[in-house]
Amino acid sequence: MSGPHDPPQGQPAAQPEASTEAVNRRAEVLPPNTTQASLLAAAAGVPKIRMRGVKKAFAGKVVLDGVDLEVPAQSSMVILGGSGSGKSVTIKSILGLVEPDEGVIEIDGVDVLRLPRRDREALGDRIGMLFQNGALFDSLPVWENVCFKLLAQKRIGRAQARDRAAEVLAQVGLAASVGDLSPSELSGGMQKRVALARAIAARPDIIFFDEPTTGLDPIMGAVIDGLIVDCVKKLGATAVSITHDMASARRIGDQAAMIYKGRIVWEGAAATLGHSGNAMVDQFANGEREGPIQMELRR
Amino acid sequence: MDLVLNPLAAVGRGVLGACRTVGNAALFALEAVSHLFRPPFYGRLFLKAFLEIAYFSLPVVALTAVFTGMVLVLQSYTGFARFNATGAVANLVVLSITRELGPVLAGLMVAGRISASFAAEIGTMRVTDQIDALTTLSTNPMKYLVAPRLLAGALAMPLLVLVADVLGVMGGWLIATLKLGFVSSTYLKATFDFLQFDDVVSGLVKASVFGFIVALMGTWCGYNSKGGAQGVGGATTTAVVTSSILILALDYVLTEMFFAQ
Ligand SMILES: Nc1ncnc2c1ncn2[C@@H]1O[C@H](COP(=O)(O)OP(=O)(O)OP(=O)(O)O)[C@@H](O)[C@H]1O
Ligand SMILES: [Mg+2]
Repeated sequence: MSGPHDPPQGQPAAQPEASTEAVNRRAEVLPPNTTQASLLAAAAGVPKIRMRGVKKAFAGKVVLDGVDLEVPAQSSMVILGGSGSGKSVTIKSILGLVEPDEGVIEIDGVDVLRLPRRDREALGDRIGMLFQNGALFDSLPVWENVCFKLLAQKRIGRAQARDRAAEVLAQVGLAASVGDLSPSELSGGMQKRVALARAIAARPDIIFFDEPTTGLDPIMGAVIDGLIVDCVKKLGATAVSITHDMASARRIGDQAAMIYKGRIVWEGAAATLGHSGNAMVDQFANGEREGPIQMELRR
Repeated sequence: MDLVLNPLAAVGRGVLGACRTVGNAALFALEAVSHLFRPPFYGRLFLKAFLEIAYFSLPVVALTAVFTGMVLVLQSYTGFARFNATGAVANLVVLSITRELGPVLAGLMVAGRISASFAAEIGTMRVTDQIDALTTLSTNPMKYLVAPRLLAGALAMPLLVLVADVLGVMGGWLIATLKLGFVSSTYLKATFDFLQFDDVVSGLVKASVFGFIVALMGTWCGYNSKGGAQGVGGATTTAVVTSSILILALDYVLTEMFFAQ
């Protein structure tokens, strides 16, 4: 595994020319299940994910109040924001797990909210997700969890799945023997890493990481950050991560966006976090009590 | 005017709410059943649920059946002795067990065991995001979690009830011969002479319906549960209560249908 230390730069994600040459060049790095349409879309400069005016309220309580967000193809976006600000709801609505009340969500320029269910399911085949709480299947052993999607899509047989699981588990720093355990026999951090292994095992084209390094020790956190960077840089995936760890955000993110009161209030290079010039972001990144963001505490 | 209208409004709301619930459950069942006809099929999960219902419920259902048969003989013997009709005891026992008590009591026992376990398992999966995770892993949760269980419920229950029928009749026979002085061969002859194929079949059809209902309420309540451990607990209770009530209500409807023929 390579080190997690590529300096995050705002890479030019979408070249203006949409030549077939550029498309072919990408075809080598992209996962095998990437469609030609998405390659063309990427080459033409269409963002991988675009949200416009997405609103969502739960029982009258507004959570998303017009979120606008664009994630260029093959880049890594980090979403920041206070606890309960709607970060998880934002990515769940891109995944189709939460139905927004209003707004448009496009993937490769296709409006997913208006797609028929079958097409939407097909789209999901190319997307991976790490849930905040892991969401491992406790009725299945770890190796079946890790290879669940590959088995479901019949891309490998059960015999090969164990080897493949061991391979991916090794990438997240777990021994092959962990594969035979049940998720309930693992520590919290191990569960997180198994969930991460499950999210990336099928080499998805778009990956969502909901707090990938929470609950891990600092070194393992850095290793996981490196893995996420590899997914983007080496496999050509598009990553959207939620994190509260600023060091980790700077390592994995090309771009960062901050959500506050249901809207994206800032977007910029992840490297500038902490000295971005935006008072809100800097207060958040440096963890200061005084500033434009007021925590609603009762005294 | 308000006093008159408000109770009506409350009743109306209640009825509408009930209709909505029934409609939702029916749509849920329809969707799940439609998945039984479209691949992929999850044979392994079907087998697991089938074993859980048909095999692991066997002890409790067997005990219920044996004791019911035993009690039935005692009760009917004392009753029939009052008008010298003790010869009909064997008929009464076999008919009540195959047509009525076998399916209903097995259904209620399975409602307690299976709908509770389905609701708790699927409910926990819901509140820990495992059902959402299935969706992101190219697997339809209705197809994976619900359809195999419904099929297992509908197919396993008749088998279970068949065993319960045999054991119930044997329980009756045991008490009749050992305690009440019936001659074994006459008792058995009386049992089988009056038993018709339809009696057993109508019981098995009921069993299949009850099995489906138990699995449906368990999966449906679990699938729609929210709000952590408390929500899952509530879903489990609702599943057991509604499936028990539905079994008794449908038992009447089905008996009426068979009776009318
Ligand atoms: N299914 C739901 N039903 C009702 N309310 C919900 C639901 N999901 C989320 N919410 C509400 O939406 C708000 C945002 O939740 P979300 O999980 O997106 O927060 P978050 O930004 O991910 O926070 P954290 O950093 O703590 O994970 C919360 O106030 C939560 O109560
Ligand atoms: Mg969250």
